[in-house]
Parts: sequence; structure tokens; C-alpha cells
Amino acid sequence: MSDGVVQQHTKTAHSGVGWFRRAVDSDLFYSFRRSKLTMLAAAVTVLFFLLAILASVLAVQNPFDPAQLQLMNSRISPLWTADGQSPFLLGTDEQGRDVFSAILYGLRISLIVGVLGVVFAGAIGITLGLIAGYLGGAVDAVIMRIADVQLTFPAILIALIVNGVAKSVFGNRLDPTSMLAVLVVAIGLSFWVQYARSVRGSVMVEKNKDYVAAAQLIGLPAPKIMLRHVLPNTMGPILVIATINLALAIITEATLSFLGSGMPDTMPSLGTLIRIGNNYLFAGEWWIVAFPGIALAGLILSINLLGDWLRDALNPKLR
Amino acid sequence: MLAFTLRRAVQAIGVMIAVGIIAFAMFRFAGDPVSQIVSIDTPAAEREAVRKSLGLDDPVLIQFARYFVNAAQFKFGVSYQFRQPVSTLLAERLPATLELAICATIFAMVFGILMGVYAALRRDTLLAKLCQAVSLIGISLPTFLIGILLIYLFAVTLGWLPSFGRGEMVRIGWWTTGLLTVSGLKALIMPSITLGLFQMTLIMRLVRAEMLEVLRTDYIRFARARGLTTRAIHFGHALKNTLVPVITVAGLQFGSVIAFSIITESVFQWPGMGLMFVQAVQNVDIPIMAAYLLMVSLIFVTINLVVDILYTIVDPRLRATVSRPA
Repeated sequence: MSDGVVQQHTKTAHSGVGWFRRAVDSDLFYSFRRSKLTMLAAAVTVLFFLLAILASVLAVQNPFDPAQLQLMNSRISPLWTADGQSPFLLGTDEQGRDVFSAILYGLRISLIVGVLGVVFAGAIGITLGLIAGYLGGAVDAVIMRIADVQLTFPAILIALIVNGVAKSVFGNRLDPTSMLAVLVVAIGLSFWVQYARSVRGSVMVEKNKDYVAAAQLIGLPAPKIMLRHVLPNTMGPILVIATINLALAIITEATLSFLGSGMPDTMPSLGTLIRIGNNYLFAGEWWIVAFPGIALAGLILSINLLGDWLRDALNPKLR
Repeated sequence: MLAFTLRRAVQAIGVMIAVGIIAFAMFRFAGDPVSQIVSIDTPAAEREAVRKSLGLDDPVLIQFARYFVNAAQFKFGVSYQFRQPVSTLLAERLPATLELAICATIFAMVFGILMGVYAALRRDTLLAKLCQAVSLIGISLPTFLIGILLIYLFAVTLGWLPSFGRGEMVRIGWWTTGLLTVSGLKALIMPSITLGLFQMTLIMRLVRAEMLEVLRTDYIRFARARGLTTRAIHFGHALKNTLVPVITVAGLQFGSVIAFSIITESVFQWPGMGLMFVQAVQNVDIPIMAAYLLMVSLIFVTINLVVDILYTIVDPRLRATVSRPA
């Protein structure tokens, strides 16, 4: 019986689903299964991503479409309170926008900006880190000097300035999609430093190893050695930084939108919803701000927990 | 020692020049300064005159030099929104931001150290775990959400504290202070907590980690063997040794506190530099943005420089490593 299991095990390892088996057997998955908090955080994160992807299916209205909003339905409190009305689960805001639908669509915007921002920051940081680490010398000195200086400034300040300059160059009335692009660029330019430093550090270690010397000997061009051979060996720390930075990028986007320098009211992210809701706090309409706030806090907390776990799980010293 | 100080000072000046170039580039190239000053129906000839009077026809290098000389004398041009010199506007709002930042730092240090010490000494108690949970929230929750939550609790529901502004103020020379009136002090409470919470978390984690480390060392064991009281060991010996890194972090973080006051000031409508900066970004008021960037950079660079130099004075071990040529 046990022989059969072993045989089947080796068989699947060689077949098409081998990677899945390998993933389940890995140390990473083992440490994942052992931590209940991490599993909960992962479940919540996946749930948030699913809600964002399925927003148009789950929402009772499209909150971006003014034609679907009716002022008759404005300021309805959540369903379980005395004045609640179906189908507005979490109530409506002053424009008759369903808070639940707005959260789903806002979540989508927040996640799009966050993920694209992290990808953009990673692209800049990894490229510069590879170049700095591989070439060394003056190029390295210049890049890392810029990185050092930038690191002393808080990301939110840099993002706000990039944002203000973009507005000044392109005019103050950017359409929502361009605003989204500006936010991605602002976040990318604010968060690239950590990737660059981490990649540079790994590259400096890796480039003295034999496999790089071998690749150089057979005459591979430097960009190919960097991308195909050195880069894969630097990915562990990058994954950790990217996870933690996703939370930071979402916070930054939300903060910019809250400050009125991010997504406009016509295409709100979670931060924009919180800014709008904040105006109605004193009127006692707490649900307009509370639920987007809870969604944002839950999203960030679960991504942070995942990031913390990943950092410990990938750290060989802690095993 | 002197060489190290000089090198750091040169680096600091280099950073300021780099930031100055960015500020100048924003000022000069992001949008046309002339069109911000004149109205839409100003004839072309008049526009040219304005252009000439602003010196925008000179070579870029000369313009940069002029901007730099002016900035060194705290002349940052005229705000597009307020039609007033930026330096006057900044000076008006500096006291509000500084008072808030200092109160937030004091709050962060006092509570951070208390909670950190407690969490380290009574590691397994419920309260210590609660401290840890609070620190996780402090790191995860965006500043503005904490502010909104506090406003809802203490201003809307309980009505104990004002939700915006600085309260009644007393003017001492050009400095306005809210520290001398009851309403001013009340108005300070929530913004200080909101702004200081992140730093408090940081300090608490640092103190806890340092305390746990120090308590394991031999000299603490020796102090126990000598029969000193627990109180003397914990506070006289252990805590004292954790305070150097804590003060360093708090000092280095002071610059971030000022920068992060952008968010807190917006939530509480606190009339400081941060709120003005946010409004400048919204209204594309480039002179204010550039000036704010320069001001904050100057504060950052100065603090870093002072901390670096103090470190070499306080810790002789560092002198040996830093004086080696890099």
C-alpha cells in the first residue's frame, strides 16, 4: 500500500501536474499550512481580489454610471438598521450611490493602481539595481547615491510632488484614466529604491560565482546574463518587498485620493470614497465612510500579514 | 573626525543643490509662470513685458543661479493662488506645523517607551499582547483613517474634543501658539495622537526589542548578583542603554513627522504648512510646492547631518570605522 503511494507520487512528479505536487510538498507551503493567521490573511486577500474582479457581477448598480443613480435613493442607511432598504446592503451616499457597489468598484481601482504601481516600481528598481550591481563603478555610485537621497524622503511627499507636476504639465483636468496612469507613475517613482538596493546587493554576491564566469566565457552578452542567469537568483527578497510594497502602494493611492489629488469622484477608489464619506460624518451618516474604511483596513492588514509571513518563511536564518 | 564632518557637510550641500535643481525645474518648466500671473485677455506685448520683467528670457543657467540666490534668502516667489510672497505664507504657517510635530513626537516617545518597556518586562500578560496588537494596527492603518476614527469617536459621538482647527491662539511676536489656551490644547490632542501613532509604534517595537536584548546581557546578570532592586536594574541599567537608539530614531523621524503632517493637517484642517502644500498640489501652485520641497529637504538634511555628527561624538567606536577612507 505504501509502495503504491510512493510510486504514484514519483509518477505525478514527472507528469504535467508535477509543479503542483512540488508546490504542495515545498517548505513554503508547509509553513503556510502551519500558520492559521496566514491562511486567514491569504483567504481574505483572495476574497478581496475576487470581489474586485467580479465587481460588475456582484454590484446592484454601476456606481460610475450617473444614469443608474437616483437621488430618491440617497442617504439610505444600511439594510439591518430601521431605515434600511433592499437592495442597498450597506446603504447609499448622497448621490444615491449604493455603498456596497461603490466599494466593489473602488476596490478594483485601488487594486489596479496598487498592482500596476508595484510592477512599475519593480521594473525601475530591478533594472537600475541590476545595472548598478553588474557594472559597478561610477554608474553604481550615481544610481545608489540617488537612491540614498530619495530614501530619506517619505514616499507620500514624492508621490504628491510627481502628482502636482503632472497636473501642471498636462493641465488640471485630467480624465480619470490618465489620472490612474499618473498615480501609477507617482507610486512607481516613490517606491523603486528598495528593489534597486536589494537587487544590487544580490547581484554583487552572484556575479562573482562560477556560473556567471562560465556564462561570460561562452560569450553571452551582459544583458542576457543579467536577465536570464543573475536575476532569477535575486527573486526571493524581491517577492517579499513586492508584497509589503503592495500594501504601501494601496495606502499611498488611498492617501493621495483622500487628499483630493488622486482618483476623481467620477471614478472613485477606496480613498476617494473615504474622502466623500468624511463630509457626511457629522450628519451622522457614518456608513458612507465606515465601510470603505473597513474594506481598506482589512485589505492592507491581510496583505501586510502575508508579507510578514513570506519574509519569515523565505529567511533561511529563521528556519 | 573633522574630515568625516566635512565630508558629510559636503554631501548635505550636494543633496540640497540636487533638490534645488528639481525645485527650479518645477518652478520654471512645469507650466508657464507668465500665464499664471496674467489674465487670459492680456495682449501678447504685455505678456512679453511680464516675461522680461520676470527674467524668463535670460539663459537657463542664469535663471537657476538667480533662483538659488533668492531661495538662499528665503525668497521663493509669489504664490499663484494667494498673490502673496511664499515666504510670508510659509512663515505664517510654520508655528502650527512645528507645534503639532513636537507634540506628536513627545506623545510618541512617552507612550512608545512606556509600552515598549512594559511589553518587554511583562511579555506574557494580556496587556503586553494588547500593546503588540495596537502596534500592528498603528503600522497597518492609514493615518487618515485613524484621524477619521478619532473624530468620529471623540468629536461626533462624545463631543469632547474639537474636530478641526487650532482653537484659540496667543500671539508672541510673529509666533502663534495654541499651547497657552485650553481650547488650543484640546485642539492639539487628536492631531498629535494621529500624527504620532506611527512613530509610537516604531519606538515601542524598538524599545521592546532592545530591552529584551539588554536584559540577557552579562552586566544585567551581574547587577542582579549584586542584589540591586529590580526597579534599579530595569530602569537604571537596562532602559538607559536602550535610549540611545531610541533618541536617534526619534530624531531622524522628526523630518518624516513634519512631512507626514501633510495628511494629519488635511484631516483636522490644521492651518499648517502641510495643509497649504496639499492645497498647492490641488491648485497647481508651483511656487509653494517648490518652496515646501526645499524647506522640508533642508530640515531633513540638517537633522541627518546633526545626528551623524552627534553619533561620532557619542560613540567613539564609530569614529574608528567612519574615518577610514571609503
